[in-house]
Amino acid sequence: MASVLTPGQRGPAVAGGLIALFLIFFLAVPMVQVVVVAFQDPNTGALTLINFVDFFRTSLFQESFINSFYVAAMSVVLSSFFALPLAYFTTRFNFGGALLIQTLGIIPLIMPPFVGAVAMALLFGTNGSVNLLLDEWFGFTIPFMEGLNGVIFVESIHYFPFILINLSAALNNIDRAMEESAQNLGASGTRLFRRIVFPLAMPGYVAGAALVFIKVFDDLGTPLLLNINNMLAPQAYLRITSIGISDPMGYVISVILVAFSLLSLWVSLLALRGKDYATVQKGGGGLVRRDLRNWEKNGCYAVVILILLLVLSPHLGLLLLSFGTIWSFSVLPDGYTIGHYVTVFSEASGYITNTLLYAGLAALFDVIIGTGIAYVVWRTGLPGRKWLDYGATAALAVPGVVIGIGYLRTYHGFNVPIVDQPLASWWVIIVVALTIRRLPYALRACVAALQQVSVTLEEAAENLGATKGRSVWRIVVPLMSGGILAGFVTSFATASVELSATLMLVAVDSDAPLAYGIYEFMQSAAGRGPGAALGVIGVVFVGLGTYISHRIIERGRVTRESTAIVAEGAFA
Amino acid sequence: MTSTDTTAAGVDIENLNVSFGDTHVLKGANLSIEPGEFFAFLGPSGSGKSTLLRAIAGFGPTPTGRILIGGEEVAHLPPWKRNVGMVFQSYALWPHMTVRRNVAFGLEERKLPKREIARRVDISLEMVGLVDLAERRPAQLSGGQQQRIALARTLVVEPRVLLLDEPLSNLDANLRIQMRRELRELQQKLQLTTIFVTHDQEEANTTSDRMAVLNDGIIQQVGTPMELYDNPANLFVATFLGTANVLTGVVEDTDNGAQFGSSNCAPIPLDTEERGPRSLVFRPQNIAIAPANAPVASDRVRIDGTVSHTEFLGSIIRYGVSVGADTALVDDQHRRGAPVFAIGDEVSLFLQQDQITMLKD
Repeated sequence: MASVLTPGQRGPAVAGGLIALFLIFFLAVPMVQVVVVAFQDPNTGALTLINFVDFFRTSLFQESFINSFYVAAMSVVLSSFFALPLAYFTTRFNFGGALLIQTLGIIPLIMPPFVGAVAMALLFGTNGSVNLLLDEWFGFTIPFMEGLNGVIFVESIHYFPFILINLSAALNNIDRAMEESAQNLGASGTRLFRRIVFPLAMPGYVAGAALVFIKVFDDLGTPLLLNINNMLAPQAYLRITSIGISDPMGYVISVILVAFSLLSLWVSLLALRGKDYATVQKGGGGLVRRDLRNWEKNGCYAVVILILLLVLSPHLGLLLLSFGTIWSFSVLPDGYTIGHYVTVFSEASGYITNTLLYAGLAALFDVIIGTGIAYVVWRTGLPGRKWLDYGATAALAVPGVVIGIGYLRTYHGFNVPIVDQPLASWWVIIVVALTIRRLPYALRACVAALQQVSVTLEEAAENLGATKGRSVWRIVVPLMSGGILAGFVTSFATASVELSATLMLVAVDSDAPLAYGIYEFMQSAAGRGPGAALGVIGVVFVGLGTYISHRIIERGRVTRESTAIVAEGAFA
Repeated sequence: MTSTDTTAAGVDIENLNVSFGDTHVLKGANLSIEPGEFFAFLGPSGSGKSTLLRAIAGFGPTPTGRILIGGEEVAHLPPWKRNVGMVFQSYALWPHMTVRRNVAFGLEERKLPKREIARRVDISLEMVGLVDLAERRPAQLSGGQQQRIALARTLVVEPRVLLLDEPLSNLDANLRIQMRRELRELQQKLQLTTIFVTHDQEEANTTSDRMAVLNDGIIQQVGTPMELYDNPANLFVATFLGTANVLTGVVEDTDNGAQFGSSNCAPIPLDTEERGPRSLVFRPQNIAIAPANAPVASDRVRIDGTVSHTEFLGSIIRYGVSVGADTALVDDQHRRGAPVFAIGDEVSLFLQQDQITMLKD
């Protein structure tokens, strides 16, 4: 093997090999383990479908399966309900609120749904602020948060931006000439919409909808915090934590979750593949926009403000909760205090330092591994290099709960030599889980950054006497640094509020990160205040991270534009 | 750089093959480039000329065959151990470094003392006349300046061979002519073995001592620019270098000696010992055009035809003359008041025997 490698390939080959080992041990092996256990007779170890038969014969699991499916599907419907008017307003009209809507798109993403779930119950629950007001003014209430409704409501508010962003992008990419040529050929009004606009925008919508579906289907924290246990992810968690890692049901659910993840990834790929019409033609700049009449403008603003209020309600609720003294059976808290923050910083600062450590390490590993994979895949001719990319990207299809279960099962018996502790309950395993979970995103950032660096820049360095390693270190990495940094910050921000895998892997409270702390606090009525305060801190982390990475990418774009002049000639 | 006594190294290519996967892009190249020679690889895009250059520098797929630089086998060496300087088509200046850092890079990698590096960088920037721009970033330079910096960055490490990959293609027309003169002068001064890749025959003609014409991964012919133009070895070289008229037919024995017969035109008597299928190649400027049935001199060959198009190009008039199914291009010197042929005129073309190249393929 080594003999076929040129001298310049040895370094990348070693790096690629190490990354492959990491992916095998912390992604492939645990996943195979999960699948094997799901198809194994718990007593004899023989290959069997008996676990799946048992699963579908148990009424609780039947119900959980139907509930998960129902909640995910209804979340797609409700998300579409939020996203469609917003996408339509911004792409069809000259509407002043367009920028507002685009910004609004990010807001829910910087806070995972479980963080705001309890606050939402206080705002929209049976005895929540909104229903108290409705009852007082109109004499009726709306069961926003009753049972599964609550999960659907909270998830939709958080995930509708996936649809909004994808759909807006698709609409914006439609060349004006396509609409105009349809008009020129005699189509107009609803026919034009049905035959031209709708089919062109459909792929974007489907991709967004598939993403919403799977995010909701896999989510563990939100149902748990809303006390809904008869769904798949909570059942997997409860089976493993209460009955133990030998109970096959947790594995059966894991396999179902992975299967649905793959299915929806496949659907969104299918929707987008070969349908990238828009990029075929440059220019145009979206559909024709028209000015709004005054009453129409007011109507649009009313809709946007209503949706904006809904979207911001978890944040508002969380803020109120974190500063409120007692908040029960009243529209607003009885009084305000900073006591919860004091409590958090004096008693629970471990959560914060743990989060900084775990998310920081995970983000660091992510960009190192991401850069390594990007380089090996795009810049070397090593055999099998594509599998590194596929492997790391496959993590997209694995829900956090499943990663957690896989690690517990695979590494509970593996003692780490020096610390003398099973790997599955050592804090490092949380870092590993976060690394694997965030790797697909970091990898894409690194690949994008690498593709901005022309190969000849590296060749020029080698030509002047720099070895492969020196060229990468002095030329490639510095030129990628903007993208790498953006990848780091995004990974850090999202890892710092990750709950599902963490929930399964935290062995002792002193090892727990922020997301786990929020979950713990929110379990009791007295802990809600400090829990909300922790939540606010988490949101600040993620918000800052998102902002910084956005700034880095913007700055990078400016630098790149000036260097693009240099690179332009390469393809002349 | 300080002296011109760096011993120039020759480059020998022996049976070199390069494949990208299943695509065989360089097929058994053999070439010997003399020390201190300015050598051009000329060919259309996809001919393998850049692949050959990159193979010498150590880039691209691992080739089979031998590459010798100054008699030393280098094919197994990685790019950073070959000490051949390459100037890239895109210049490949590093945008995150100043001009000075760019030029210093190769010396830093060679772990020279800081003062020595500074000294040599200054000399090198002076040589290309851009000392003032040392603290700029590449993006702040014009195309011509970037190119000089790229050249300075390569020359500062005193490479054994200088490789230039289409170095002028990103410059505008005027600058291109100026830069190719400067390149030639610099090369003469440094006596550095230089290989220049281009698809522009004028560039190759004006700069190089000798050149190799490549097509389809094969070296078609090697020689001085004039040799190749005057005595092309095959139809590709003949038509790629300038404009050429080609008549295909057979040379046969007749009572009056050799005669070239073609279904397209009347037989052409030739003074040759060769027989068999041949192509006659001749340049438009070597043909005289006259009204039909004009008397023929003994050392001339006459071909009859009809004017099918004319182009007035200023100093010349280019006639297209139908000879059977072929069209011959004829360049006629234009003088004020000289008679001009019109489309449809019957004409005779006169051609000196020694201006005809006879090719087998």
